[in-house]
Amino acid sequence: MRAEVALPILVPLLFGALSLIAWRSNLMQRVLGIIGSVTLLICSIWLLISVLDHGHVVMHMGGWMAPYGITLVADLLSAIMVVLTGMMAVAIAIYSLSSASPSHEKFGYYPLMHLLLAGVAGSFLTGDIFNLYVWFEVMLIASFALLILGGERAQMEGAIKYVTLNLLSSAIFLSAIGLLYGLVGTLNMADIAVKLSQTEHTGLVDVIAVMFMIAFGIKAAAFPLFFWLPASYHTGPVAVSALFAGLLTKVGVYALFRVFTLIFNQSPEFTHQLLLWGAAFTMLTGVLGAAAQFEFRRILSFHIVSQIGYMLLGLALFTPLALVGGVFYIMHHIIVKTNLFLISGIVHRLLGTYDLKKLGGVYKDRPYLSILFLIPALSLAGLPPLSGFFAKFIIIRAGIEAEAWVVTAIALIVGLLTLYSMIKIWAEVFWKPLPENHSSVDSSPSATPSSLAFLYIPVVLLGACTLFIGLNGQPIYEIAEASAKQLLNPALYIEAVLGETP
Amino acid sequence: MEPIMAIVTGCLYASAIYMMLRRSIVKLVIGLMLLSNAANLLIFTSAGMTRGAPPLIPLGAMQPDGIIADPLPQALILTAIVIAFGVLAFAVVLIHRAYNIIHTDNLDEMKDTDT
Repeated sequence: MRAEVALPILVPLLFGALSLIAWRSNLMQRVLGIIGSVTLLICSIWLLISVLDHGHVVMHMGGWMAPYGITLVADLLSAIMVVLTGMMAVAIAIYSLSSASPSHEKFGYYPLMHLLLAGVAGSFLTGDIFNLYVWFEVMLIASFALLILGGERAQMEGAIKYVTLNLLSSAIFLSAIGLLYGLVGTLNMADIAVKLSQTEHTGLVDVIAVMFMIAFGIKAAAFPLFFWLPASYHTGPVAVSALFAGLLTKVGVYALFRVFTLIFNQSPEFTHQLLLWGAAFTMLTGVLGAAAQFEFRRILSFHIVSQIGYMLLGLALFTPLALVGGVFYIMHHIIVKTNLFLISGIVHRLLGTYDLKKLGGVYKDRPYLSILFLIPALSLAGLPPLSGFFAKFIIIRAGIEAEAWVVTAIALIVGLLTLYSMIKIWAEVFWKPLPENHSSVDSSPSATPSSLAFLYIPVVLLGACTLFIGLNGQPIYEIAEASAKQLLNPALYIEAVLGETP
Repeated sequence: MEPIMAIVTGCLYASAIYMMLRRSIVKLVIGLMLLSNAANLLIFTSAGMTRGAPPLIPLGAMQPDGIIADPLPQALILTAIVIAFGVLAFAVVLIHRAYNIIHTDNLDEMKDTDT
């Protein structure tokens, strides 16, 4: 019984409740936002250290032992994801000090943000498949409300697509849980894994596996179920977009990693083959979609889709090295993608638009911002010595070792096309002169130095993280390697939860 | 009992998907409503139905005598109904707001964010 595994869920819930008490005071809510996210980060780091020291950290809620009660489990992958959640929470909380408009704050921006973080952390830490559904819904309902803050036309249109597709995915997930329960009669993931390996492998197991794949695939925005993402992510307030871009799809990816390493690992030649081609098409369609776009945040949204493909590729190849690559890629991607969205917000603050055709001349006026953009942009494209290079390198090396030539070739081509997209943004936003009949950079009234400082701090911090992972990748690689080892040996997880060797 | 439930569940799924494919946002939400009900019935059916055997333990005994109905699926369904209710309440408000802002209920005319 260890407390640290429940804290990343309880802390945001507590601060969300406190923010509700301080409903009338925007200042109070901001302060609570900062304190809450920093506390979350500290708790998550405590959890990571504890997992590194002791292996799996398990807590049975209410003292009801598994498989009867609800269990919270943290293995290394969960702990890593929770730490990243904490880091993004801090970055967004600082950024929101300047970016959130008072009208958003009045309608519950901060309480919803805390609730969203609680949902995300809960999804990462739960060891019960139905509880996972509940956390998904907590996360979704907070994200619905955050997405439509402001109530503009584009937000409404985007939100209808986002809500519909995500509810469809939840319904499929729920149906799959029902069928799985009918088959094995338990909801605890470790217990499901044990019971499923004992039952005869029939077609029904594959059907349920594919239903989970579809449900999580919609949440992770994998091919061919990604259309809701580029239609909705660029419509919300920019800090919300950045948080969604970093964390929400990764919850779907995490669920796929968890379910397809722990529960459905009996017939990889079918399920993981399906995932492999899904991953290949996800990479390709995402990057080609981005090439056709001329809106800053829409390009980035399509790149989320394409990067999800790399993570799924790591899972689908299902070799130790590929899983290391997948975990490494998730770590790198969350930091870099959030950072790029935050930078797009700064450019919007300076020039008042996201349209590449109307932007320009930022390098001339703000060279430091341009450098800050180049770090995550080139990292996303995979240039050494930034974090994306090592992430791509591990995955492509795993692909070559597994002799999956076609998929590896696609991964390499997609890397090149990503570079093309990033150079397009660089050329249009930063390099080319500002189009005429547009106000110059410094005349924008809202861009005072003090308000910009809060926007720059998280960008600099996340950029430093990217550089750190790139220049000092060994400890990060070792953590990813240890977590891949745990994923490939589900017996450890089962033993930690059920308390005996099966 | 199971065959009837299977047919009912199948019909619910089919009509839910049909409604979701219509152009009107109101029908879209009706489709979502039916879909969550279909999922609930599926859990109920696939977990096995035992008739007339409430999961009660006689006074003084440590375990129930004979076969009893599994109470867990009903707890799951109850949770799922509550969640679906909350989410649907949000969806109804959303389409109302969307109609006020966009002035149409036709999904085909909501393409601003796609191009």
